[in-house]
Amino acid sequence: MTALLDVEGLTAGYGAAPVLHEVSLTVQPGQIVAVLGANGAGKSTLLRTLSGLLPAQQGRILFDGKDLSGIKVERMVHHGIAHVPEGRGVVTELTVDENLRLGGLWRKPQPPLEPIYELFPRLAERKSHLGHQLSGGERQMLALGRALVAQPRLLLLDEPSLGLAPKITAHIMALLRDLRDRTGLAVLLVEQNVRSALSIADEGVVLSLGRIVTRHDAATLVDDADLRHAYLGF
Amino acid sequence: MTVVRDRVATRIASPPMHRRLSPLLVVVIGAAIVVALTYTLPPFRTYQLATVGAYLCVTAGLTVLTGLNGQLSLGHGALMATGAYTLALWQNKFNLLAVGIVVAILVTTAVGAVIGLAAARLRGPYLAGLTLAVAVVVPSIASTFDGTFNSDQGLSVILNPPPDTMTVEQWQAWVCWGGALLTVLALALLTRGRFGRDMRAVRDDETAARLAGISIARTQVTAFVVSAACAGLAGALFAVIAQSVSPGAFPLTLSLFLVMAIVIGGLGRLTGALIGALLLVALPAVAHEIGEAAGSQRLEGNLALTFFGVVLVVVMLAAPGGLASLRIPLKKKGQR
Amino acid sequence: MDRFLFLTFDGLSRGAVYAAFALALVLIWRATRIVNFAQGAMAVATAYVAYSVADATGSYWLGFIVALVAGLLLGAGVERVVMRFVDHSSPLNGVVVALGLVLIIQGVLGMIYGNEFRPATAPFSRDAFDIGGVALLSRYDLFVFAAVGAVVVLLTLLFTRTSTGLRMRAAAFAPDVSRLLGVPVGGMLTLGWALAAAVGSLAGMLVLPTELGLHPTAMDIVFISAFTAAVVGGLDSPIGSVLGGLMVGLLLSYISGYLGATVAPMAVLALLVVVLLSRPDGLFARSKARTA
Repeated sequence: MTALLDVEGLTAGYGAAPVLHEVSLTVQPGQIVAVLGANGAGKSTLLRTLSGLLPAQQGRILFDGKDLSGIKVERMVHHGIAHVPEGRGVVTELTVDENLRLGGLWRKPQPPLEPIYELFPRLAERKSHLGHQLSGGERQMLALGRALVAQPRLLLLDEPSLGLAPKITAHIMALLRDLRDRTGLAVLLVEQNVRSALSIADEGVVLSLGRIVTRHDAATLVDDADLRHAYLGF
Repeated sequence: MTVVRDRVATRIASPPMHRRLSPLLVVVIGAAIVVALTYTLPPFRTYQLATVGAYLCVTAGLTVLTGLNGQLSLGHGALMATGAYTLALWQNKFNLLAVGIVVAILVTTAVGAVIGLAAARLRGPYLAGLTLAVAVVVPSIASTFDGTFNSDQGLSVILNPPPDTMTVEQWQAWVCWGGALLTVLALALLTRGRFGRDMRAVRDDETAARLAGISIARTQVTAFVVSAACAGLAGALFAVIAQSVSPGAFPLTLSLFLVMAIVIGGLGRLTGALIGALLLVALPAVAHEIGEAAGSQRLEGNLALTFFGVVLVVVMLAAPGGLASLRIPLKKKGQR
Repeated sequence: MDRFLFLTFDGLSRGAVYAAFALALVLIWRATRIVNFAQGAMAVATAYVAYSVADATGSYWLGFIVALVAGLLLGAGVERVVMRFVDHSSPLNGVVVALGLVLIIQGVLGMIYGNEFRPATAPFSRDAFDIGGVALLSRYDLFVFAAVGAVVVLLTLLFTRTSTGLRMRAAAFAPDVSRLLGVPVGGMLTLGWALAAAVGSLAGMLVLPTELGLHPTAMDIVFISAFTAAVVGGLDSPIGSVLGGLMVGLLLSYISGYLGATVAPMAVLALLVVVLLSRPDGLFARSKARTA
């Protein structure tokens, strides 16, 4: 089976000093891969490089067998990659409805928003509210919903649990698993909240100081106390 | 990176002793060179030399304001007009040049303090917009109070003839460079001390400066006032050189030229101010000659304008960090 | 009283032009955090082109259309060739580059057309006709209101009703996020500059016949008035800029009418200082609710 995302020897960063060092990983269709690690391990840098916001200094990114190097950020959605950045990236000056429309503008004809409103009934209630009037959880739902409008094949999700109550985090995680089961969406999930990430992930990759130090089945990472202590600190 | 910035930022204030001459020595050498030049150059070149000196006063003040303090003023042309008109009115009443120049500086300083008080509360484009408004509006005052300022015709300036031993041009060059060298000396001493350190701190990080107990507003107002005093002196000297003042001599483009001069010369360095002052005289002269050669009156002034604009845009785009990086000279080995 | 009414309508007519010009400044400020100090010079440049075309063809309206098209092209060109490459680490950089453009444009115009004032003809009579025995409005004033009104309505429709408008707003507010969502942010910036410059050109075409005429520096004082209008309304608020424009227009009209025309520039400066020092976010600034 060819991997949906195949990253080989990726080195990237800001300025001369790389943050990521020769990172290699794969994501299969329908797979949820959690990228774990401490603050500053390079998790967000990895996602930013994958979606083209940061240029790769070395290495190769293959998506569905195609080389993504040199493809502009704004073309990534056309290939089926959606990136929900850290801090959620809701455009706070636009309404909920406008934010959602933005997610599907590049598609002709434009995809309907009803399925998203069904998925997140809360957003339907706040349709005409501005982004900055939403709570943290609502913003996360909006950012997620906006990414899903375009029906991507791979979702790059950066710290969805950041600043959210555990209940809301659990809700979002359950929703992701459900989506994967129904649509075959693949997710590369960056999280500091190891427990909730591993609760839905198939595989966990641990990043430390920009290098992958270990990768295992999620179940193994959760069950093996030695691994947990060594790499995840709990 | 921070290290480099800090080192560069301290270039004026506390340079490594082995690399830097004392300002007093520089001024003495400068004076000797100027005197020598006035006895060797033909009269027209000596006149140009005098103009460079007058420009140096204002570019030196501006480079301190913008380069060290981070405030961009587009209104210094108007401040020069203030100094020039003050001197003209004084001379025509009392004909006492030395006192007149001091009065011109004082009046301009007062006007600068008013603008500076407002400017200290403004940032970036707001400050630029306000000072631009000053530059555009102030010349119109000459028309509003035409009884005093004689509208667009302006005023002539009564001056005593120079001593018998010198030509007019020599005397102008001595007066202008006397003012310019004193300005440079004063600014060099001022920016070496605590005031210079405060200004750089405010420019680089206002919050950090405030936490360090530096009064942002006082530092910025002081910087503006100092640069206004320099502009007032420059204006007075221009009135002396031209022996007349009129609104047309201080258009908006003059203020823009001054900005260009300090940007190209390299912000925050007094040598940069000298380079800028030289360009302000040399470029229009070159454009004038090209215009004459082409036999086109339209070319003359406008060629210089275009050229200044192109240089300004190119320098800003070519310097990767824009204005900020222009403060950073070539890295010396050992710095990292 | 008659005089007051006349000055009021005259002020609204002037104000409409400042409103359009301020709106153009606000469009660019919102998208790029640059105050386009070159906008006055750009507008004059397109007006020169327009009057050249009008003189050559004998048709004012052809010239008028040429001015708008030239504005679109000049705006797009300035963004593509120059402004895109400005370093944003200091807000001064954009200002200085725009000032460089002012020098270039004024220099080139002077070389081509000379530095004398040239007449700028108006397409309609500027003589006010009587309404109930009081001279209030000229045909030209009506033309100004119609043109500026059309621009405001069209821009509002563009930004609130079309996909392109939504893209432009998103690109201005959150460039990185917009790119991740497939919005060609660079293209939106170019489009924004083009539209703003065309609006600036329109304002120039409307104001030049009422002021001294064509001159490379003719828009300097208009720029100051419009900048003041934009600051009065809040640089981030398109609606504010329109209201600010009308306010500045009225103020200038009353001052010129009652105190003399030469005092007007100082009144603008005074207003700018007062607003900047007391309400730097504009008179109509609401907390965070920025609307298109």
